[in-house]
Amino acid sequence: MQINADGSVVIGAKEPEIGQGLRTALPMMVAEELDVDWDKVSIRQMPLGIVKTADGFTWKYGGGQGVGGSTGLTSNWELMRQAGADARRQLIRAAAARLGVEESQCSTKPGAVVCPSTNSEIPYADLVVDAAALPMPEDTTPLKAVDDYRIIGTQRKTIDARDIVTGKTKYGVDTDQPHMHYAVIARAPVLNAKVASFDDTAAREVDGVLDVFRIDGPSPGEPYVILASGVAVVATSTWAAMKGRAALDIDWEESPNATDSSERFWQENVEMLKDAGQVVLDDGDFDAAIASAEATVTHQYRVPFVSHSPLEPQNCYAYVKADECHIIAPTQMPSGASRAAAAVTGLPRENIRVDMTRVGGGFGRRLTNDYVAEAAMISMKTGWPIKLQWSREDDIKNDFYRPGGLHEMHAGVDNDGKVIAWAQRLASGSKYYRRPNMPDENLFGAELYIDDFPRRIVDNIRMEYFHNAIGLPRGSWRAPAHTANAFVIQSFIDEIAHETGQDPLQLRLDLLGESRDLEYSGHGGPVFNPGRLATLIKFVAERIGYGKDLPEGRGIGIATHFTFGGYAAHAMEVTVVDGKLTIERIVAAIDCGLAVHPNAVDAQLQGGTIDGLSTALGLEITVKDGQVQQSNFHDYPLARIAMVPSLFETHIMPFDDVPTGVGEMGIPSAAPALTNAIFAATGQRIRSLPIADQLS
Amino acid sequence: MVSFKINSEEVSYEGDADTPLLWVIRDHLRLTGTKFGCGVGQCGACTVHVDGAAQRSCVMPVSAIDGRDITTIEGLAPSADELHPVQQAWLENDVPQCGYCQAGQIMAAVDFLKNNPSPSDEDINNGVTNICRCGTYVRIRKAIHRAAELSAGEES
Repeated sequence: MQINADGSVVIGAKEPEIGQGLRTALPMMVAEELDVDWDKVSIRQMPLGIVKTADGFTWKYGGGQGVGGSTGLTSNWELMRQAGADARRQLIRAAAARLGVEESQCSTKPGAVVCPSTNSEIPYADLVVDAAALPMPEDTTPLKAVDDYRIIGTQRKTIDARDIVTGKTKYGVDTDQPHMHYAVIARAPVLNAKVASFDDTAAREVDGVLDVFRIDGPSPGEPYVILASGVAVVATSTWAAMKGRAALDIDWEESPNATDSSERFWQENVEMLKDAGQVVLDDGDFDAAIASAEATVTHQYRVPFVSHSPLEPQNCYAYVKADECHIIAPTQMPSGASRAAAAVTGLPRENIRVDMTRVGGGFGRRLTNDYVAEAAMISMKTGWPIKLQWSREDDIKNDFYRPGGLHEMHAGVDNDGKVIAWAQRLASGSKYYRRPNMPDENLFGAELYIDDFPRRIVDNIRMEYFHNAIGLPRGSWRAPAHTANAFVIQSFIDEIAHETGQDPLQLRLDLLGESRDLEYSGHGGPVFNPGRLATLIKFVAERIGYGKDLPEGRGIGIATHFTFGGYAAHAMEVTVVDGKLTIERIVAAIDCGLAVHPNAVDAQLQGGTIDGLSTALGLEITVKDGQVQQSNFHDYPLARIAMVPSLFETHIMPFDDVPTGVGEMGIPSAAPALTNAIFAATGQRIRSLPIADQLS
Repeated sequence: MVSFKINSEEVSYEGDADTPLLWVIRDHLRLTGTKFGCGVGQCGACTVHVDGAAQRSCVMPVSAIDGRDITTIEGLAPSADELHPVQQAWLENDVPQCGYCQAGQIMAAVDFLKNNPSPSDEDINNGVTNICRCGTYVRIRKAIHRAAELSAGEES
């Protein structure tokens, strides 16, 4: 942080901003403890702060940098407040020394140290030089009590909003560096295909095309740095590069995935589930419990592959020189960008500078830095500073997709309607795709989170996994397997209730029970408190008027889920008339402990809900003859404003003083609330996503 | 050669006549507020005004704008200190998340409000078709209503 002579304060942003609001939330924590007025604060994006040590690397800006898994806020919660508190302490100590008083006689008001005993007030700006020269105190500076917060937990606007609405903000695509050229890559249309040969005569005749050469990708099945083989075209402008690419004539080698198809994948899943799979969880005695059950319920649910499709297509600036490299990228994981550039160039990581731009959407896609590696390859080959630009088609056809899977659910219910046996059996393509040192028996871990509800609530519970290989790359898609599992589990609970004559809300409340901590070993642990979900679902159900009389064709659905440490619930009211679905009303609630930046919490809950609905309504990636069949937004139809009802309310439910992340919590329960509402309205159960034209 | 006005400035372009206006604006004129999202006129991130009407610049060849008047997000505000009412409404409602689509959303909303100065939600549903991948639609809708108020002088 930097305190200027005019009292303004510049706070460094160590993390990437992908729209989740960290560039505002983290400085709020610093400013809170530093004790400055928020309107004096501005932000400067920091690069990757990697420092070489004797035995590896360490981080210049207090911990690793990168955002994923809704950890950006929680991983910086102590660090940022402590940084602000330490700086304030040094300013106080500098003032005390100047005034000749004890440190304890001084305090602060926003932007100044005050000393009542000497009736003094010294602006921070007058103390900063002295303060910066002081050694750090040996004891830890205490942090503020929650009740004393003036910035944390208050409504603050996005710090960059004015620049955004005036077109000033620079994203990766906007990078402009001296002598920079523009590059695109013609990518293999078939998964894992390699270039056999190519004719670039016509491409080189395109005005502005400077160079054309092949790029080699990894062999099928190998861990990847980049995704696909292809032919790079470098030109004096983006359009010239694109025109050059269109003029290429490429022959591709036959790929081992040339016959991959979604049809085959989904058929195989059905067949796999007829056998016994890898038992990954087996609490109690599922077989005995299901045999003794008064009633059993069994259904299958299908969750498709989907693409991230951030609105800013992948891009990266790279300038590789003999002994150093400069990367400017929109990335969620700058340390990964550094690793990717190091792998391609062979340069030591401390010689690779990684600058981060604002990122035009992450959603997990930019945890993977394949486009950084590609840019580095092209710069290294040409010796030029280049900006690689993907097209939308490149992006949709070359993604690390959310894995598709077929889930088979079993429940046994006793005389009292209590669920006494539960099984989830999943056949899918695991996200742990082409990873080094990943044994087959661990593939399930990315798709089945064994500690999720209803574990430790239902005594007899089994999970089985079947891995089905497919050439489609897989990766982390916002709230990864929670999006699939919440749909499956929250649909199935509704079905159990309906088939055993119980109320879906009451059955959930019975299962979730009182507030208490259950052990949770997965990401977002170490505990899961099902009572927090009960509070939320009761709240959203009451808000929407759950149980009220509704006209024909209208219904209300509810769902709730625990995601990576945070809690959310949705209630939705829909109308289905002549096969036409209208979402009439949405009530969404989140419990993220302490809401540090409530404006962004609200935004993430809105956006997450809409992401979940958009995906459930119309999105799927399919493969035929080894080729991804979707290419752009006409056949991968992200929701537009017309999907979103006018009645859309969000609620932030307080719980305690510990913040959780918020970026992913708004998605998982959105889709099952919608499909449960559709069932309530029509009696039609959606067990396969997307909903698409199933209602017509 | 194609000559046109952009944000009140006379400019010309001597490259390929089939170059989409988007890439002339971004690579040649170095105005990067107008964004590339899909390249096929689907998402609207590249929306600019051509003679005052919203157009998706990624599918408009530069040859089609000879002699015409272009406004981009950089030229929308009346001055450095004063925002356009739509930009003002976007700020009041804190619409952006990642922000990438918002220049296009704003340019589309400005034109939409010209033809629908006091729109209903249904008008917005039918007339505003830009994609926001972050799902800021709840706030976009509020901001459009607020911009209509601001434009009508009903500032509150």
